[in-house]
Amino acid sequence: MSEERQEREPLFSAKNLKLVKGPINLNNPITVQVLGICSALAVTAKMKPAIVMTISVMVVLAASNVVISIMRNGIPPRIRIIVQLVVIATMVILVDQVLKAFLYDISKQLSVFVGLIITNCILMGRLEAFAMSNKPWPAFMDGIGNALGYGLILIAVSFLRELFGSGTLLGLQIVPPGFYHFGYVNNGLMILPPMALITVGVIIWVQRYYHRDLIENN
Amino acid sequence: MQEVFNIFIKSIFIDNMVFAYFLGMCSYLAVSKTVKTSVGLGVAVIFVLGITVPVDYLLNDYVLKAGALAWLDPAFASADLSFLSFIIFIAVIASMVQLVEMVVEKFSPSLYSSLGIFLPLIAVNCAILGGSLFMQERDYQSLAQATSFGVGSGVGWFLAIVGIAAIREKIRYSNVPPALRGLGITFILTGLMGIAFMSFLGIKL
Repeated sequence: MSEERQEREPLFSAKNLKLVKGPINLNNPITVQVLGICSALAVTAKMKPAIVMTISVMVVLAASNVVISIMRNGIPPRIRIIVQLVVIATMVILVDQVLKAFLYDISKQLSVFVGLIITNCILMGRLEAFAMSNKPWPAFMDGIGNALGYGLILIAVSFLRELFGSGTLLGLQIVPPGFYHFGYVNNGLMILPPMALITVGVIIWVQRYYHRDLIENN
Repeated sequence: MQEVFNIFIKSIFIDNMVFAYFLGMCSYLAVSKTVKTSVGLGVAVIFVLGITVPVDYLLNDYVLKAGALAWLDPAFASADLSFLSFIIFIAVIASMVQLVEMVVEKFSPSLYSSLGIFLPLIAVNCAILGGSLFMQERDYQSLAQATSFGVGSGVGWFLAIVGIAAIREKIRYSNVPPALRGLGITFILTGLMGIAFMSFLGIKL
């Protein structure tokens, strides 16, 4: 009896926790796996949309990972991409309708990028690489972990861009108004699209500086 | 007519898919190692965008938009199917990519062998779905405008990927800090190219 119990893995075993922790740093979906960059950059001018985007991606990724993982033995390999796309699109429609109903302003700001979660490579990538060959619970943990890793970069980039670009965080004034009297000026460049790319580039630089084994050769 | 041309120029330079909206970044980063392959992918993207955007425009206009079904029966005039647009658009894109693949294979085997591997990749390229979603959001007035937007966005994406591929081929000979090699420097280069493209913002169309 006791042996049998040992064979069952506890819900938060070291292996399952690793699925959550790995993507946050060493296996980060954005900076290491190079997945899901499109939406990551476009919504990071302010922190609020970035946080909403992270939560949306987390819901869609965890839910579709679980659904695909439950169905994984019944999906014919030849049409799996279509099946995955349909599952993802359904989840995204649900999220989009919820956002439109409860957070209309932010849903307007995110505009097409909620819809673009469908073609976010993180989703297809994780479904192909993980959910198709694992049980629902690890797939759920993997989804949460990857969405956290994605969100971490999003929030870091939007933190820097909003702080230096507008002098605010989450819409609250952070830079003291007095500074502006002494000639402090918000860096307008940080709000513009190109700086999102450069900020991510610098984050990658810092991460690889501390984790030498991630460095590419050419 | 002038409006159609304006949309074309605008979607190439001012609202460039890569530099202004970061669409299609995944394949942009993955396939831009050599100029030759990036030209292949770029042409395939122009092709697919030029077909899917008009098709999605017609679907949006006659099926999905609020009140669009009125041509079928006045009783449907209150129907609004726009919540279905994501799933319809992605289905159109996936099937169009399949169709384009079959047509190209049949009529131009040489083009097929050079595009071959890239065509299926395109179904999950965000630039394609993004093109359709922007078309829906910006509410273009005619099929010609939607088509010129589709082709123009494709050309803009083509310019971006060929440009970065050429720079990456050259940068192999320079001494980039080790931690910045590969992905990091590509991001920063794209940012700098984006700043250069922002000079087109001054054009008022």
